[in-house]
Amino acid sequence: MITLKQLTKQYGGFTAVAGIDLEVPRGELFGFLGPNGAGKTTTLRMIAGILRPTSGTVEIGGIDVARDPVSAKMKLGFIPDRPFIYEKLTGAEFLTFVAGLYDQEGPRVEHRARELMALFDLEEWRDELVESYSHGMRQKLIISSAFVHRPEVIVVDEPMVGLDPKAARILKDLFREYTNRGHTIMMSTHTLEVAESMCDRIGIIQAGKIRAHGTMADLRKHATDGATGLEDIFLKLTGENAARELVDVLDA
Amino acid sequence: MPDAGAQVLSSHTGAHQIAQPDPSLLHLLWPKYLTARARSLSDERGRGARFAILGFFGLLFWSFIFGVLYRLLAYFRGVEEIGPLLAGKLLGLILIGFFSILLLSNIITALSSFFLAKDLDLLVSGPVDWLKLYGAKLLETVVHSSWMVVLMAIPMFAAYGMVYKGGWWFPFIALAVFLPLLIIPGVIGSALTLILVNVFPARRTRDILSVIAVLAAGGIVLLFRVVRPERFSSPEGFRSLVDFVAVLRAPTSPMLPSEWAQEGIMSWLQYRLDYLPFYLLWTTAAAAIVFGALLHRWLYVKGFSKAQESSERWARGGAMRRFGAFVLRPFSILKRELVLKELRLFFRDTTQWSQLILLGVLVVVYVFNIKYLPLRGEGITMFLRNVVPFLNLVLAGFVLASIAARFIFPGVSLEGRTLWLLRSSPMSMRDLLWSKFWVGTLPLLILAVGIVGVTNYLLDVSEFMFAVSLFTITLMTFAVAGLAIGFGTMFPQFETENAAQIPTSFGGLLFMMSAIAVIGGVVIFEARPVVTYLRARAFGEPHDIGGMIFGFGLAALLCISATVLPIRLALRRLNTIER
Repeated sequence: MITLKQLTKQYGGFTAVAGIDLEVPRGELFGFLGPNGAGKTTTLRMIAGILRPTSGTVEIGGIDVARDPVSAKMKLGFIPDRPFIYEKLTGAEFLTFVAGLYDQEGPRVEHRARELMALFDLEEWRDELVESYSHGMRQKLIISSAFVHRPEVIVVDEPMVGLDPKAARILKDLFREYTNRGHTIMMSTHTLEVAESMCDRIGIIQAGKIRAHGTMADLRKHATDGATGLEDIFLKLTGENAARELVDVLDA
Repeated sequence: MPDAGAQVLSSHTGAHQIAQPDPSLLHLLWPKYLTARARSLSDERGRGARFAILGFFGLLFWSFIFGVLYRLLAYFRGVEEIGPLLAGKLLGLILIGFFSILLLSNIITALSSFFLAKDLDLLVSGPVDWLKLYGAKLLETVVHSSWMVVLMAIPMFAAYGMVYKGGWWFPFIALAVFLPLLIIPGVIGSALTLILVNVFPARRTRDILSVIAVLAAGGIVLLFRVVRPERFSSPEGFRSLVDFVAVLRAPTSPMLPSEWAQEGIMSWLQYRLDYLPFYLLWTTAAAAIVFGALLHRWLYVKGFSKAQESSERWARGGAMRRFGAFVLRPFSILKRELVLKELRLFFRDTTQWSQLILLGVLVVVYVFNIKYLPLRGEGITMFLRNVVPFLNLVLAGFVLASIAARFIFPGVSLEGRTLWLLRSSPMSMRDLLWSKFWVGTLPLLILAVGIVGVTNYLLDVSEFMFAVSLFTITLMTFAVAGLAIGFGTMFPQFETENAAQIPTSFGGLLFMMSAIAVIGGVVIFEARPVVTYLRARAFGEPHDIGGMIFGFGLAALLCISATVLPIRLALRRLNTIER
């Protein structure tokens, strides 16, 4: 459903993403892990059509995002890591506006918007301006907006940031149910527990390159010295030994 | 820094006894300095050209102020007895103007720097002494509010110093007078804001203040127009010279620092140095800082906490939706939603209301001026009565350009933080520009046709000139809107939080220059056919139809190009923006 071929992004002389090849099939929840500045957000924003690749291609459902962006984006919902939305719209108006961007309106959209807001405990806030929402509420509203037009693919950057435990649980169930229905999700996260428990496959990216990808079993095989938990595998693959020195710093 | 980190960690574990942290005032201001330095050292493309253009216009502006004042003061200097009094009065007027502007500006700036700035969470949660926080934020407020006034004051003081031969010490005297004049409104403004924030939530206070500020500015302008100061230029307005001199000698407002500043400056320039104004200015500034600091200590924590509250506003927007369903029915769902979104964001933003008030004042003043033009009576020919409305198009065009700079130019910049949503959706950037263009252009067109129609009616112009005016202003409106969208997209200000600052950017300056060039071009192209027509009518000469088609055709071509080309360039630019 999502196909990345030699996807590369350079900012001047700095290569943020270096020739990624990846295939995420229909019905899969793919997790993208990596240290800060590894190229996760850049990759996801290229898939969403926000950034243009320096070279390589992104296909959604077989449609090239660069060549036919409108058709490709009709299949897509994007949830960014930072919840910037129109402050002077109400929550309900924002969802109607987003549905309108996908050429959808009417009672079905309103019903779905109402359902999504109820799911995330936002129903009481539907007629309140977004400027009075908390960070977590904005995040919930953006997540709702990604689902309001019933996309086939959802691309999510750090979905759990700012969510309370109840909303985080709802989101996990929603994602799982969504992929069970044959849709596709690609998400980046720093929460290893989330990735381990939710994702069908995980890709670990570092310095713009995918170091390893596969199921948890595949990753365990990849990490040679018997690391079993995702945290150990992650640290082993990304060479983040510095993290282990934290205790030494605290004791200094 | 690692040492500091270790100290912090160890202080929590109680391993070492360390001194109470006490960051200095300079330390608090250090990030501001580093930010300014990083900005000045950035190697952004086209920066040199930008500075050169800004510098050129800045120098032009300075030279203009200096030139006008120099001539006026030189004239005053030649008038015995009254001359120095007039120069003093003029200085007093300018300084009281500065003082009022500074007071308003400080009230508004203090709201941001003391209560809404992004660094406050860090500073308030840190072990920062209240007095140092006050000092840092007061300095920040004063600098932000005063730089423009300082820039305007330089050519003014230079003109006074040169005409009255102030000597090498004059800059120091001017500085000694002007510094407390900047500090006092800074402290008073910050204190007033502090009190207001303790009464209302900060975001509501900002709304209230922006409306008050614009109403005050509009009120002053309106009052000025209603009083019609030009009447006082006629000598029959004064009863006797003695009365006039007596009025000039009397201090206008002896309790105001601006009056003390004027006294101080003029006493030096007239070689009778009086120390009292200097004592008054500096002791008042010092006392103001002390009282301001005490008030800050008393109210700031409570006010800051209150400032974090949101304004809690609900909006149902049923009327807007019904409007959309009815008027926008012929358009696609996407276009309808984009237009509705634009309208909602505009009408719910109170900073836009204050700009609307300003716009209303501008239009009223403009119509007022046209109404009082002495275009009736002896010596006023039909020719003159028709040329004035033609030149009126230049003024109307300038009003339109100012409005477009306020309302259309910032459109794309204001999408900055939400561009991710539009770019990840299947809509094309052409649709976004379409909505921005039409939502801005249609109200502008109604306003343009309205003001030109009313002013032409007041001027009692011929049918031909009426038709020419309406034709021209319609074309100009589209051109000005196209340029505003174009330059606003090519020079976006995505990081600006305050929409009112966007038109004052470099792109805004370029937009105003190009809009004025287009307006000038249109008037030049149309001048010949209009004058030929009026001469033909006045003297019974044959009409030059070919010349008229050529002239009006060129004007139309210029306007259409100014509408289409910038939008095309904007579309190309928007498609390459990555956010």
